[in-house]
Amino acid sequence: MDFKDSPEEATFRDQAATWLKANVPAPAELDGLSEMERGKLWQKRKADAGWACIRWPEEYGGRGANAIQQVILNQEESKVAAPATGQFSIGQGMAAPTMMTWATEEQKTRFLPKLASGEEIWCQLFSEPAGGSDLAALRTKAVKDGDDWIINGQKIWTSGAHYSDWGILVLRTDPDVPKHQGLSYFFLDMKSPGIEIKPIKQISGAANFNEVYFTDVRVSDTQRLGEVGQGWQVALTTLMNERASIGGGGGGAGVKQALKLANSVNIDDKPASKDRQVRAKLADWYVKEAGIKYTGYRSMTALSRGEIPGPENSIGKLVGAPKSQDLASFAIDLQEMGGVMWSPGENDFDNLFQSSFMGIPGLRIAGGTDEIMANIIAERVLGLPQEPRMDKGIPFTEVPTGS
Amino acid sequence: MNFEFSEEQNLLREQARGFLQDNCSTKVVRESLENGGEFNKELWRKVAEMGWTSTVIPEEYDGLGLSYFELSVIADELGRALAPLPFSSSVYLGTEAILAAGSNTQKESWLPKLASGEAIATFAIAEGNGQTTAASLTTTAEGASITGTKVPVPDGDIADVAVVVTKSATGDGASWYLVPLDQPGVHREKVSTLDPSRTYATITFNAASGELMGAEGSGWASTQALYDRAAILFAWEQTGGSDAALEMAKNYALGRYAFGRPIASYQAIKHKLADMYVKNTLARSNCYYGAWALDSNAPNLPLAAATARVAATQAYYYASKENIQTHGGMGFTWEFDCQFHYRRAKVLSVVIGNESQWQDKLVTGLEAGLDEDAA
Repeated sequence: MDFKDSPEEATFRDQAATWLKANVPAPAELDGLSEMERGKLWQKRKADAGWACIRWPEEYGGRGANAIQQVILNQEESKVAAPATGQFSIGQGMAAPTMMTWATEEQKTRFLPKLASGEEIWCQLFSEPAGGSDLAALRTKAVKDGDDWIINGQKIWTSGAHYSDWGILVLRTDPDVPKHQGLSYFFLDMKSPGIEIKPIKQISGAANFNEVYFTDVRVSDTQRLGEVGQGWQVALTTLMNERASIGGGGGGAGVKQALKLANSVNIDDKPASKDRQVRAKLADWYVKEAGIKYTGYRSMTALSRGEIPGPENSIGKLVGAPKSQDLASFAIDLQEMGGVMWSPGENDFDNLFQSSFMGIPGLRIAGGTDEIMANIIAERVLGLPQEPRMDKGIPFTEVPTGS
Repeated sequence: MNFEFSEEQNLLREQARGFLQDNCSTKVVRESLENGGEFNKELWRKVAEMGWTSTVIPEEYDGLGLSYFELSVIADELGRALAPLPFSSSVYLGTEAILAAGSNTQKESWLPKLASGEAIATFAIAEGNGQTTAASLTTTAEGASITGTKVPVPDGDIADVAVVVTKSATGDGASWYLVPLDQPGVHREKVSTLDPSRTYATITFNAASGELMGAEGSGWASTQALYDRAAILFAWEQTGGSDAALEMAKNYALGRYAFGRPIASYQAIKHKLADMYVKNTLARSNCYYGAWALDSNAPNLPLAAATARVAATQAYYYASKENIQTHGGMGFTWEFDCQFHYRRAKVLSVVIGNESQWQDKLVTGLEAGLDEDAA
């Protein structure tokens, strides 16, 4: 047991680090550019040199690298001050693998290289007001009209819809068959007439998601992926390809900051960090953070050996998000009355805990709620049976609904 | 990245699991519960024959000279099997203490016998209820003559030799003495405990003769260092037990029907078992890191140990109590096996310092900056 790279991995790491250091944009180069422009500049530079989407085949803009090389590249990239490229992750991580499996050769050649280079940004239009955890309950419908389909309905929780060029979406093309059988999968131009995008303001004040309304939006049948009625199967390709987030902890404030805070505030005129109850909580959160990190190491080892990481990798978000929520809540308690303030410059730590406290509820929902994640562990890891369902084997139109 | 046991170590695991399935079923654990914790000499002899007691003892003392990864694997499997053996006392505490602070003569006279399983060692520190500290110690050593009462001493009824922590007027306030237990100045009596499959004793020392280990007045620091190492091995046992408790709960939930379906199909049960899995996984991953820190004697060992220990203590407590809950009424009957994990989890959680002490040590490690990645 050690933490060393294999000789091949070490060579690759050197190569990646050397290129990254030599090519990361200098501050002057980024001056005056928006976040989006900075990301696009960096992504294009990486793509031109073959350092974008490295796991993809060369003909689509990658370099046929393996999973551990991707992890190594990510690690090295996090060490240089590179512009953020999160806006490309849904397109590259979810749309692209789906295109690779289901699109025509012509479509792949047309779309994939521009996905890799960041010249085109994609979003994912899956969730709906009536279809979240139960995604297949979605209602936005598409009706065939000549060589086109006409879309009407509403999608929700679409990250980046307002700046995306293309979107992947699942639509109900037949409401009279059982729900999973009546879906079809398409991709479409986000500038199509009839699409209206409205940002959703969150309790944190940020607006990271959108509602997307479709009114008689036309999409060509050539932009259908998979057969009519095969949409659920295609959607599964997308969902299975969620970017392997090794050691992902759900974000938010951590023990390091909480300990720093506990050193700086008092309980009964002594530093809070000397209080046994405070120490017990800090310890419990550290156990979780370290556990997630070392579980990530185990997954990386599997990747390193060319194996698929085990199911233990799925715990990161389920553990990390509630941990950060509790930690932020407790940190605000430690700040006592001062903890209520959430205005610039009013507390040390730059409102970290306040922002985290208000942001984490979203993390516990996004990408699978805590409850769905627990179901996934129970069913796929432990092999426990599903709950009986009321929607099996009956036409979608007869499935009980709340509205 | 190679954060995984080697092929040979995994082979050892398979072998250990197979052996324990054949020789240490819960039927065997139950026997020790029914017969008041009679020492299972035959099982101990077999375990020693397999070389488990000699795993990390250097070859010059007739040991196998293997690494702490091998010992981790064995600890994991012993915990899973609820082995009613003095393994933790003799190997993680007694042997480790002699390896760490024993003189050459002490090593030569005890390690070969500990390696072969012919002798059993233990660590005698507690003096009744409440936290033991250097200041609270009352057992004295006057010219290597030990007087005082240690209770409870794990496996104290069957051990041949004990490392006894005594009060010291110098240094950190404590010293270690190596005391053979078969001598006139030693009186011992078995005490009933929460987990009869692991026995404890009251040991009264009345001018018993011992030998100083290490320097006079360095016993408290030695104890902390010993605990840091042992904590990782105890954590492996706890994690092995947690996994076994989860499997027990899962199998029962799959077979038990209520309202026309397996209780394993209810989310209230599924989420409970998923929680167990999550806690067990965090504990196991922290134990992996602990094993690495132990084997490489890493500077951040105290933090790695506390992290593994806290994680495993919490995981085992949760799995053992919710395993009973999943079993419903039968879970708390004498007839069912759920009790074994519930008993063992509690006993293991206090044996080298309770959860709160380890939480405290963990934060001390963070304060010392030990969380800066050693890897």
